[in-house]
Amino acid sequence: MNALAEPYTTEDGRKIGGVLMDMRNITLRFGGVEAIKNISFDIREGEIRAIIGPNGAGKSSMLNVISGFYKPQEGEVHFRGTRRPPMKPYQVARQGIARTFQNIALFEGMSVLDNIMTGRLNHMKAGLFKQAIWKGAAEREEVENRAHVERVIDFLEIQAIRKTPVGRLPYGLKKRVELARALAADPKLLLLDEPMAGMNVEEKEDMSRFILDVNDEFGTTIALIEHDMGVVMDLSDRVVVMDYGRKIGDGTPAEIICNQEVIDAYLGVAHD
Amino acid sequence: MKTVAPEDELASVPSLLALNASRFSERPAYREKEFGIWQSWTWSQAADEVEAIALGLLILGVERGDHIAIVGRNRPSLYWSMVAAQMAGCVPVPLYQDAAAEEISYALENCGARYAIVGDQEQVDKISDVRENLPGLKHIVYVDAQGMRKYDHSDLTSLADLQANGISNGDKVELKLRTDALTYDDTCVMLYTSGTTGRPKGVVLSNRNVIETAKNTAGFDKLSEVEETLAYLPMAWVGDFIFSIGHAYWTGFCVNCPESAETMNADLREIGPTYFFAPPAVFESHLTHVMIRMEDASRTKLSMFKYFMAHAKKVGPKILDGETVGLLERWKYKLGEYLVYGPLKNRLGLSRVRVGYTAGEAIGPELFDFYRSLGINLKQLYGQTEATVFITQQPDGQVRSDTVGVPSPGVELKTTDAGEVLYRSPGTFVEYFNNPASTASTKDADGWVATGDAGFIDKASGHLRIIDRIKDVAKMSDGAMFAPKYVENKLKFFPNILEAVVFGAGRDRCCAFVNIDLTAVGNWAERNNIAYSSYQEISQHPRVLDIIQGHINEVNKTVAVDEMLAGCQIHRFVVLHKELDADDGEMTRTRKVRRAVVGEKFSDIVDALYDGRPSIYTETEVTYEDGRKGKIAATLQICDSTVLPVTTKRMAAE
Repeated sequence: MNALAEPYTTEDGRKIGGVLMDMRNITLRFGGVEAIKNISFDIREGEIRAIIGPNGAGKSSMLNVISGFYKPQEGEVHFRGTRRPPMKPYQVARQGIARTFQNIALFEGMSVLDNIMTGRLNHMKAGLFKQAIWKGAAEREEVENRAHVERVIDFLEIQAIRKTPVGRLPYGLKKRVELARALAADPKLLLLDEPMAGMNVEEKEDMSRFILDVNDEFGTTIALIEHDMGVVMDLSDRVVVMDYGRKIGDGTPAEIICNQEVIDAYLGVAHD
Repeated sequence: MKTVAPEDELASVPSLLALNASRFSERPAYREKEFGIWQSWTWSQAADEVEAIALGLLILGVERGDHIAIVGRNRPSLYWSMVAAQMAGCVPVPLYQDAAAEEISYALENCGARYAIVGDQEQVDKISDVRENLPGLKHIVYVDAQGMRKYDHSDLTSLADLQANGISNGDKVELKLRTDALTYDDTCVMLYTSGTTGRPKGVVLSNRNVIETAKNTAGFDKLSEVEETLAYLPMAWVGDFIFSIGHAYWTGFCVNCPESAETMNADLREIGPTYFFAPPAVFESHLTHVMIRMEDASRTKLSMFKYFMAHAKKVGPKILDGETVGLLERWKYKLGEYLVYGPLKNRLGLSRVRVGYTAGEAIGPELFDFYRSLGINLKQLYGQTEATVFITQQPDGQVRSDTVGVPSPGVELKTTDAGEVLYRSPGTFVEYFNNPASTASTKDADGWVATGDAGFIDKASGHLRIIDRIKDVAKMSDGAMFAPKYVENKLKFFPNILEAVVFGAGRDRCCAFVNIDLTAVGNWAERNNIAYSSYQEISQHPRVLDIIQGHINEVNKTVAVDEMLAGCQIHRFVVLHKELDADDGEMTRTRKVRRAVVGEKFSDIVDALYDGRPSIYTETEVTYEDGRKGKIAATLQICDSTVLPVTTKRMAAE
């Protein structure tokens, strides 16, 4: 599909591996509405892959297909070389896919720390009984997971709000906490749905830096939806462009900027 | 008192480290909160870490006498780096971590630093930006590796790699040679002055300066290895060097580093330091927070707070000073301690403070008394970089808010005819680096150093009283004395006022700039349902102006009582549309107002204050944290305040 199937190293020294996730001829319908029309693209290991497009283009639907929330009527999803049968979202999460949401979905009454700890749920093995006894296995597990969470907190520089209830935080910080929760799950593939929506320039700069650092430091593959073109062009290795459920472009940011169909979709076409 | 080893054995900070590693090998030397837990290092572990860094530096090729810049927040690894630099025969030069690239560049160039050890990516980027002007800079070492993976590592190393390399390949013989060769007169550290006027100067302090000062002043307050401190003030500031290295190494106590600047208050509460130092601004912001929270408290709590604080104000300082207080009063104070003072001190993280100091700026008497009335042994000291901090300090039991105490042990003090304070001590600096002219104009042949402050020694008590910077004390056009700081400090005690600058030298009346404290005013706005979208908008809100006017009228009332300074009452004032900021050069990094810069930069506003206009449109250039510049425009209201008639006593005397 893509001419560059071989692993390569980017200009800034990151290693891009083989195909991690392969979407083949996906079609998703809601009744009579076709949200996604026969789209194929792949996400390669270690890359930052952006999905862009005007409002209603089907980007979030696409992300929901990847995360297993929507089941496409047609097409196949291949993850790490094997075809993925229809799965529940929690099963997808266990495979190593974590996500954030466009409208923040945190537990408002819980502290930042507790919220991030929920990201470790898939790594906790102790059952109800052991948790109730607490001493021994459950405690050890909690300590290990807490240590992991603390590294994420340190990484995203949110030590100062560790014990603050999420409901009291400003929007930009909530977004960061949500990223922290996704990161705590130790994902292979991280899905970010508009990580910078509603942020000011400074918050966007911070978030961009964190996304790059996550990719760089942990080698996490990232697929993100974003509206800010500047951000997308700076961050991503490859971009998929959607419009009305169709794929109208796929390539490096430089290629996308020159794509006439993309320009038309964004700027509109004169109808004469 | 501990037996003091012969001078030649304890001639340097590294030798003190070796001593502590043997006498306190299992006691904690450093703690740092990281990953949510206080990680700790004993003295022997710390000595190993320092040695590893020093060995790594040798491999990098450091020469004796090289300057090594240290930039970053307070972290054990950066303190170790300073001592490691000394072990390798180099001179550590700590710099302010929030300084802009050009300020860092100036210092690096001025001292000819060949190496830099920095905290994180931000600092590396900052130095990289100006690196082309610094051909002398050979190598940068960083502590925190986050985001550094993609950087070109040909002249960049992580501290962990440097240490690992040092342990396996370092030349221990050479290191021992260099460490043993250190003498009492070798340079211990070089610190840049904050530069209230002009460019910062590098102050060279010798081992003698640092160790003698630490020895003398640790004895003064009976500091021992059981103290706990929190190292949160800039590492580039001489005070932090003396407390976190001088005193810590001399007595062997533990230095605790907070997790980040934002968690400082929480970390303070967890550590509960016994030896605590803070500039007035920190005490002020704590008090502001307490007052704001009390306003939100329930009626019972608020009335309890008010009742017992009034009692504390009456008898607290006396009890602290060991004066006689009636039994009933004492019992009431005890009850207050149980109900109010204790919980409040715990909240502030000051429950265990045995010796607390404030310096750097004069502290408002009301602020000072608030903490002392709670039973916190807060004292004032007066000092400067050139003196290795200590010039005077207050002994226990002789603490007053209007003086700065008696000369520290070993310090000689005198005043000139013009009223300037001079001192001479074992801590007197060696020289300004590469600046013999400034050295000569500050320090005379006999070793007396001019402080630049006007003051006098109180005959009865022997305490020093500072009036103001000698160049700031001036006359108004009618000949009355003008001491701006005196009035500004009174203003700054109000929680709503963050900063104030009073003008009046050579003029017929005084006018003032005021910065509101957004924490306090924002809280007030919220409770009064006043919506605002920016600092600028809330600063010009008519009701905010009313409040500030009220504060100024009150200050005028107290100033009018003082015969000498009654002329300093404020006639007109303006609330500024931006906070005075070190990034814009309006303040020093230690948050002292650069009066001349402010007066010049906002000269249009000053003119408007004096020519009677009701408002003024102004545009101001601002510098963002990343160094970019922008402009903000605003129309500022100029308000009049109530001035009381000056009593004519002074006139009669003339």
